[in-house]
Amino acid sequence: METGDLIRALQADAGRRRALSLDGIWLLALAVAAAAAAISFFVLLSPREDLSTAIGSVRFLAKFVYAGLLLATAWIAVRILSRPEGSLRQVLPLLAAAPVLLLAAAVLELAVLPQADWGARWIGRNARWCMLCIPLIGLAPLGLLLLALREGAPSRSGQAGAVAGLVAGGLGALFYAVHCPDDSPLFVATWYTIAVAVMALIGALGGRIIARW
Amino acid sequence: MSGRDDVELADLLRAAMSGNDRAYAEFLGKAAVMVRGFARRRVHAGLDAEDIVQETLLAIHIKRHTWRQDAPVTPWIIAIARHKLIDAFRRRGHRVDVDIDAVAETLPQPEAEAASERDVGRALAALPDGQRNVVSSISVDGMSIRETAARLGMSEGAVRVALHRGLSAIARTFGRS
Repeated sequence: METGDLIRALQADAGRRRALSLDGIWLLALAVAAAAAAISFFVLLSPREDLSTAIGSVRFLAKFVYAGLLLATAWIAVRILSRPEGSLRQVLPLLAAAPVLLLAAAVLELAVLPQADWGARWIGRNARWCMLCIPLIGLAPLGLLLLALREGAPSRSGQAGAVAGLVAGGLGALFYAVHCPDDSPLFVATWYTIAVAVMALIGALGGRIIARW
Repeated sequence: MSGRDDVELADLLRAAMSGNDRAYAEFLGKAAVMVRGFARRRVHAGLDAEDIVQETLLAIHIKRHTWRQDAPVTPWIIAIARHKLIDAFRRRGHRVDVDIDAVAETLPQPEAEAASERDVGRALAALPDGQRNVVSSISVDGMSIRETAARLGMSEGAVRVALHRGLSAIARTFGRS
């Protein structure tokens, strides 16, 4: 087949267009993913009992600032990476924001806490449960986000999948934080980070399989 | 590629996306020239630049909704071409990196290959009969959708569906392997 022949066929097929733009697909995927995370949360867990008093605590609120920032930055980054010309270099400063915030909070915590309390705050009460629940809440959302990624055209499907994993991890962290009784940034910086990294790893593997084109 | 060329190309693709088929053909023709230049500078032995051009045009078509209509179009086209070039290298194994300039004169020139030997042509030949007849009627035989429908005794709608499925199936044979 000559290239001119191919162009004729592509021209004849041009009338069939998508109902949704890529941005529309991403928006839809995020909405459905958030709903899926909410359902998983209410099936698996419940809000912590002292929620009404916890809301007054800076450490408790800081968890949501972190998870929200992770979600927002990874969300913008995955949309960039889902296009052919998107590159990791473009989104790295964005992706650094949440870890930098978390690190700063952890340093601040070390400064204000007596050294004797460091260990107990770091290990917390629910480390294993945390590392299990964030991926459990985030798994269905990750599947949905990878389906959206498949509609895109990422140059590096593994990298884009990993960032989709960060979005799902952000959703998981956001919901899990409502349940989690451990509020110290030391706890969050360690165990939340491990759970989110697991999501990024699953996303990278899934992206390589699902989002090739 | 100068900024003005990019603006012209972007205008063509925008017009194409809002339903101007003639602008689409012109856009694809200009994109083919650009990708050909890109590919010829990069292909090694065993790879035909025109294969890269055709696979890139198919990917541009299937993924045209991933272009942001307010962004420059050249980086988008080149990113797709690069992706398809890397794909083609992978498909043929890593030995393509071997430098064979010294023996190149004794090897048959890729240009001498029959057009039907091209990857897209091979993928077309592997389609189910219905899709293959429609795609080759429109591409190789240069018939319109209406003429193809009359010739094959199908409705125009069925021709459009078979064309779309056939082209998508050809595109899938590259990349998802």
